[in-house]
Amino acid sequence: MNRYALWKYIGIVIALILGAIYTLPNFYGESPAVQVSSGRQTVRIDTALMSRVETILKDAQIPNAGVFFDTIGPNSTVRVRFADTDTQLTAKDTIQRALDPNPEEPAYVVALNLISNTPSWLVGVRALPMYLGLDLRGGVHFLLQVDMRAAVDKRLDTLTSDIRTQLREKSIRHSGINKTPASIEIRFRDQEMRARAQDLLRTQVGELALRETGQGEDLALVAALTPAAQREIQDSALRQNISTLHNRVNELGVAEPVIQQQGADRIVVQLPGVQDVARAKTLLGRTATLEIRLVDQDAMAAGTSGAVSVPERTAGGGIRQVPLKREVIATGNQLNGASATLDENQQPATAVRMDEAGGRAMRAATRENIGRLMAIVLYEKGKGEAISVATIQSELGNNWRITGRFTIQETTDLALLIRSGSLAAPMEIIEERTIGPSLGAENIDRGFKSTLYGFAAIALFMIVYYRVFGLISVAALTVNLMLLIALLSLLQATLTLPGIAAIALTLGMAIDANVLINERVREELRGGRTPQQAIYDGYDKAFATIFDSNITTLIAGLALLTFGSGPVRGFAVVHVLGILTSIFSAVYVSRAMVNLYYGTRKKLPAISIGQVWKPGAATPVGAK
Amino acid sequence: MEFFKIRRTIPFMRYSLILNAISAISFLIAVGFLIFRGLNLSIEFTGGTVMEVAYKEAAQLEQIRGAVEQQASGEFQVQNFGTSRDVLIRLPLRQGFTSGQQAERVMETLRAQNPNVELRRVEFVGPQVGAELAQDGLLALLMVVIGIMVYLAFRFEWKFAVAAIVANLHDVILVVGMFSIFGWEFSLPVLAAVLAVLGYSVNESVIIFDRVREHFKKMRRATVIEVIDSAITATISRTIITHGCTLAMALSMLFFGGPALHYFALALTIGILFGIYSSVFVAAAIAMYLGIKREDLVKPVKREDDQQVVP
Repeated sequence: MNRYALWKYIGIVIALILGAIYTLPNFYGESPAVQVSSGRQTVRIDTALMSRVETILKDAQIPNAGVFFDTIGPNSTVRVRFADTDTQLTAKDTIQRALDPNPEEPAYVVALNLISNTPSWLVGVRALPMYLGLDLRGGVHFLLQVDMRAAVDKRLDTLTSDIRTQLREKSIRHSGINKTPASIEIRFRDQEMRARAQDLLRTQVGELALRETGQGEDLALVAALTPAAQREIQDSALRQNISTLHNRVNELGVAEPVIQQQGADRIVVQLPGVQDVARAKTLLGRTATLEIRLVDQDAMAAGTSGAVSVPERTAGGGIRQVPLKREVIATGNQLNGASATLDENQQPATAVRMDEAGGRAMRAATRENIGRLMAIVLYEKGKGEAISVATIQSELGNNWRITGRFTIQETTDLALLIRSGSLAAPMEIIEERTIGPSLGAENIDRGFKSTLYGFAAIALFMIVYYRVFGLISVAALTVNLMLLIALLSLLQATLTLPGIAAIALTLGMAIDANVLINERVREELRGGRTPQQAIYDGYDKAFATIFDSNITTLIAGLALLTFGSGPVRGFAVVHVLGILTSIFSAVYVSRAMVNLYYGTRKKLPAISIGQVWKPGAATPVGAK
Repeated sequence: MEFFKIRRTIPFMRYSLILNAISAISFLIAVGFLIFRGLNLSIEFTGGTVMEVAYKEAAQLEQIRGAVEQQASGEFQVQNFGTSRDVLIRLPLRQGFTSGQQAERVMETLRAQNPNVELRRVEFVGPQVGAELAQDGLLALLMVVIGIMVYLAFRFEWKFAVAAIVANLHDVILVVGMFSIFGWEFSLPVLAAVLAVLGYSVNESVIIFDRVREHFKKMRRATVIEVIDSAITATISRTIITHGCTLAMALSMLFFGGPALHYFALALTIGILFGIYSSVFVAAAIAMYLGIKREDLVKPVKREDDQQVVP
């Protein structure tokens, strides 16, 4: 009766082999590496670069342990593995100098990294080690909140000036355009003008829903963003911010950054292994947006503040107010990039690249204003500052430069400031976690040790108390641990300290199933069953109980998974998976071992499950 | 080896009244503390900044306090963390300051005092995140309670579902109450531990209820109390061994897991201890008070009336 069909044994053996294969990569560890990735959209990483890197290292006589070319999604990287961190550091400097002779405008991003030592046959079957969370490897974690109201508001601003231009071009007379918090109000004196404006706007600006109000001489058109347009603005603001963050992170040269949307209006940024936290924070935390406007020179001459007025830091270190015209020519949205460069006279300058719409707007605005002043205004936390006020020398388009008596440092800084302004909506850090690398290593060590000692204590007790059945229980628990790690590696789950705690706790709880079975078998023996019958009944009766009790634990785990966040989720994932693997290993794997060991014997006088104590002639425990 | 040489059924239910009275009183004390004193919530819930710094030699807490005082407004805390060289600094939220600024300024001041200071960890949580987390935590607790009750009502009977949930919420309230009484820090991992304890204790009650059902079937003449007593007696060895094993794991985390796992492991340890007590004395007793009957669990066997008499 205690025999499994062959297919069951085969199934279990296959599960064990798969478990072993996918657990294995976690034991190989990581070795120091240098990663080269693209620094610009136009620079492609290909196998030619791979051989170039190889040559550079050979020329510098730096030994390496392998050069790899990988493509993950749209991004390709070349990675070189080294024997130790000292070689890694020299190699990084050498490669960087060779590939990026001009550090101001890097074509490649060269970063320090760790790569797994997993052999290629394991990588071939997608057996990869678990990804370590920031609390285990050290690094920075930010949660950024995107200010969506500001994104919508900004779009309304741009639309307001669009409408103004279009009405002027078609000579539609109006008596004022006002932006209210959620809509644009255009006032008219007569019906005809309003009707014409309505026709024009309906065809030209699809994002707005138009509504007529007012009567007699005081007519108006109220234009509000359609819900679809609002959603679109929010989506694109988020996308734009994520791509800006990508660029900023690239400047940091982080090897495996995580930049992801979380919920409708949040972005998670994780920078593993970053040491220079202050720099990362200033770069990411810059919640700036950028606007290009004409300077109101009449107001400047008169010494009044004009429509808007922003401060500018002058070369002497003072601050002067710059009055600006109401219209916004272009915003950070329309910016493609900015970099330090040299002009025709080999003088340092800052080059600015804009997208099509931005270029068109610049052309239209600058054509009529040659010789006048234009200001680039950077908004940080709601306060504007003119970072550049320059004379328009000619009609500008998609690409233009800011020249003047600049040093290289000044043009680099200006380019960085302009780039930092290309966020679509301001962001604010609402959660931040920094974990030093030494703390990360300590956390791994502590998590590992507490699991190990706890496991050892349980194993010792089980073997002493239940003998062969205890040994089988411990083996089943080991299988459980292996399958759990294999599953986590297969899912490429991120292992965190709460995750390790969950592994430990799951093991502590999983032994319950084996204790239940063993106690049940003992009870059956006490009740006078033959050993074979006791094994059969023990497993049979314990199963319903194990199933029921695990379901309730599973419900708790799933609730944690659904409503938990951050560390709690990491805990919950492991907990839920652990429950599933523990049912399999405690019930089926241990039964298979028992069947193999005892089930094949024809005569089985006794089984080794520790002392089966019978209360003599007294009333037996439980019921008969 | 056999630890449990039990000769006869232990009359657990005989002590249930007195023990449940003690439970009720301690439950009320815990609730009282939770209402009047509240929890020492971690910054994950309240918002604020936590910094962990390490010195090469024993840290001078007074000096550090002075340094932090220059930079922080409102209530702040400076305390040792794990060893005398590690210091944990808690700063409240401050209007107009972004996350990093505050921590950086404190670090600058500390570095000026002693260049050997190393920043180990910074955690900043904004106010809106904290409120959401607290809300999500309560929602998770509610979903666990509802999910488990529905399952138990379906698998057993509503009286068992109510009894199990009351008994295990009693555990949860007592664990959380301990955190309130001793002013231990209640953080997200502690919440996870508490919810895990809830699932684990219910698991415990389920095992006893399973036996109660089985013994109702077998012991047809026994009274309800006799059935419950015999079910608990039959499972007591497994209850103690299992909890002992889980407790060994929790204690291992408490002793070797370092400060990061300290309160998590503490919540588990206390939760497991209460779990043993509540599943033995509280859950079954409540089911008894609710008046469980044999008929609730054992469906009467239908007679097979295949034969018909036809005129």
